[in-house]
Amino acid sequence: MTVMMSRLLLGCTTMTAAIALAGCGAADERPQSASSKDTSDSAVAARKYARDPYPSTYHAYPGVPTLVTNVTIFDGEGAQIDKGQALFADGKIVAIGQSVDVPAGVTTIDGTGKYLTPGIVDIHSHLGDYPSPSVRALSDGNEATGPVTADVWAEHSVWPQDPGFGRALANGGVTTLQILPGSANLFGGRSVVLKNVYARTTQAMKFPGAPYGLKMACGENPKRVYGSKGREPSTRMGNIAVDRQTWAKAREYDRKWTKYEKDGGEAPGRDIGMDTLRGVLDGEILVQNHCYRADEMANVIDMSKEFGYHVTAFHHAVEAYKIADLLKANGVCAAVWADWYGFKMESFDGIGDNLALLQNAGACAMIHSDDENGIQRLNQEVAKVLSSARHSGIQISDATAWEWLSYNPAKALGIADKTGSLKPGKMADVVLWNGYPFSVYTRPEKVWVDGALLYDADNPTLRPVSDFELGLPGAGDVK
Amino acid sequence: MKALLLGFAALIAAPVSAQTVAITGGTVAIGDGSAPIENGTVVMRDGRIVAAGRGIAVPAGASVIDAAGKWVSPGMVAGFSDLGLLDVNGVEESNDTAARNSPFAAGIDIAPAINPNAVMIGNERLGGVTRAIVTPSTAGSIFAGQGAVIDLGADANPLTKPRAFQFVELGEGGARDAGGSRPAAYAMLRDAFAQAQDYRRNPSGFGGREKDSLIKRGDAIALLDVLDGKTRLLVHVERASDIRSVLSLKKDYPKLDLVLVGAAEGWMVARDIAAANVPVIAGALADLPAEFEMLAATESNMGRMEAAGVKTALSTVGANTAPGEHVVRQYAGNLVAIAKVPGSSGLDWGHALATITSGPAEAIGMGDEIGSLRPGRRADVVIWDGDPLELSSAPVAVYIDGAAQPMTSRQTKLRDRYMTPSEGALPKAYER
Repeated sequence: MTVMMSRLLLGCTTMTAAIALAGCGAADERPQSASSKDTSDSAVAARKYARDPYPSTYHAYPGVPTLVTNVTIFDGEGAQIDKGQALFADGKIVAIGQSVDVPAGVTTIDGTGKYLTPGIVDIHSHLGDYPSPSVRALSDGNEATGPVTADVWAEHSVWPQDPGFGRALANGGVTTLQILPGSANLFGGRSVVLKNVYARTTQAMKFPGAPYGLKMACGENPKRVYGSKGREPSTRMGNIAVDRQTWAKAREYDRKWTKYEKDGGEAPGRDIGMDTLRGVLDGEILVQNHCYRADEMANVIDMSKEFGYHVTAFHHAVEAYKIADLLKANGVCAAVWADWYGFKMESFDGIGDNLALLQNAGACAMIHSDDENGIQRLNQEVAKVLSSARHSGIQISDATAWEWLSYNPAKALGIADKTGSLKPGKMADVVLWNGYPFSVYTRPEKVWVDGALLYDADNPTLRPVSDFELGLPGAGDVK
Repeated sequence: MKALLLGFAALIAAPVSAQTVAITGGTVAIGDGSAPIENGTVVMRDGRIVAAGRGIAVPAGASVIDAAGKWVSPGMVAGFSDLGLLDVNGVEESNDTAARNSPFAAGIDIAPAINPNAVMIGNERLGGVTRAIVTPSTAGSIFAGQGAVIDLGADANPLTKPRAFQFVELGEGGARDAGGSRPAAYAMLRDAFAQAQDYRRNPSGFGGREKDSLIKRGDAIALLDVLDGKTRLLVHVERASDIRSVLSLKKDYPKLDLVLVGAAEGWMVARDIAAANVPVIAGALADLPAEFEMLAATESNMGRMEAAGVKTALSTVGANTAPGEHVVRQYAGNLVAIAKVPGSSGLDWGHALATITSGPAEAIGMGDEIGSLRPGRRADVVIWDGDPLELSSAPVAVYIDGAAQPMTSRQTKLRDRYMTPSEGALPKAYER
């Protein structure tokens, strides 16, 4: 025990020293430059704290220039090309169309009878922070020790060995996903956007250049979790009260830091949670708000106006169909399941037409999974929505529906300039399906991420096996 | 279409119609594993199937429903559900699935609690589910109690078979229920069986009334039926070794009529299961090591078990049930899908449909009564506007015991109310 303790202490000392060498020097200098009232660009920059201290180390894997021919293409932005061609090389989409200029030496795949789409983007996942196996030791999604934990970052919980990543890739064609903290708290913490490529570290999965998200939650979960502990919030009005008090503090924090960064003077105290809320107020961090009920979404929209921030998307917005006009008017997206209903009081009014009615009203909408199994079949979830829509007399084209799977979530993650559709120059995140992807009988045949072939149904060696599964029963099996 | 609607209205007025009805011209899927039959006919009378297939003559005087361009199948049998036992899963007050503070366990009988007006029953009926195996859940004992088979008809008589089975947990869940370990779960099982036999030998001398007695008289009586093979014992286990342990219970209790529930690693012991002639109600698409007891889970589980001769059914066991029970047809469709994936084991279309119709019916010992369109079965029939396993299809008519069912639900009413989200001349509360 003593030995272990001293080793631990030693480790800490070493680490502290390393950090001081790498980055603490700048922090030490801050008070000096601050006191100078120097407002030059370099002085202002020196007073700012690091906004990206855990940067992405993701790198694309090598691919070969690839042409897919005779294939039906959904481009992700509402267009369908029949018997088309798609060319990608050096990790990027080069061209799609009826026919494209083809350089020499490309690998050609005959896509007859098959479909080519952008890789699926899941805006709501807990892979890594609620991984499989779902044992307590790996349960890292909810810091349920206080209703306001804007200070926690999901990436510090993500276990990159979650077998779920591989299933989402191979069975689901998911190439990008946002990992969120859970919904126990009003302010759950920061999300992280990942490329769905296994890596040794979470940093090496982080989507380069993706903005952070802030997970917020309304409704039953926060009031239940904290009400049962005899503390605020125990009601929906308590939820909003704690939210407002926290935003008021965040405004004050933002004011102090903005002034300090601009003018110098004495540095305000750092508050890691407030950093995140300040990022929201500055528009750098996107609010991803778990909220089921229509009336609660309306309250949150007013609160966002009161404190000067924007809600990017309501997640699990089971009743969004009731306020599709309000969401449209306020430019707020809804991320929803196809058909979940009735599992808790606030989902009692769930209907299979939710997403269809949102689309019909011109609101921004998308599918999401929130589920390690559902993420493997998001194309089927959209197929169910299409079926509901068509049975309700709402006509939505297949190619438009694909926007719910890639382009709209990419927009709501702030990465639509990089992925989510097959426009030239974007990341070659591509799925070749072995048939019509809105059929229950269809599965991914090949999945490329940044142009690298990372799943191939015809090649068992291109079937990822996470460290956890390696050497266990069923490792490397079809899943 | 108008004629169809009128026909339904008339049938609703007389739940079990003596009238002979013939559904003609559709693609008929019997539900017994056979391939679908184009241009087939289904004849029903007195709430039962008279005949189904190709070349069936329409009896004189039958009212004819034209199903040309449509598909006709048996209604789905929810393989393992809580339909009728709750209104909202997360709302404790409405939820009768488990009773943590009850002194009773195996003796619990869910039959009197089934509520045919539960909102989910209406929604799931419209989704094509006509019967359900309904089970209680465990709480404080490995025994959950006695489940039932119900119909989802829009009438006051939901029970098809009360006390149809006993449900017990013997895997990780059983370990939890028994106090913390699998050995404790087996100790509880064996002790409960021993006490039931004590009760048989000397009912008047049997205690069971003491506050701390491990089982009550009602529990003992229920377990005697299990020991005698009169009531099936549905056992939830996932791990291969747990499956072997359950199968070996037959050595000590030879009359046990076992059914495995879950069995994510069933493919690893498929030959043993087949040899023991024990059916499996599996979770369909489990492919993650969600728990340590299912490390080898794969979507090929069902296909591999069937190939080894195991009688399989499909259910939402271990799955998220938020999409409702009718999601099993999507699961079945996926089993067809993976048949095309190299290295995977799926099912052909007919067998996939059987896993959600005759499969669960046979697993519960009621294959002669429900789950297929074979002659004599209860006339639980769904007419679909396409392939029943395909996501683009939906029921256009649902019959239970031959009675046409309403084709609206609370969900369709919500949809209709909010087809245009903004208010009209009056608040939404006046639109219905």
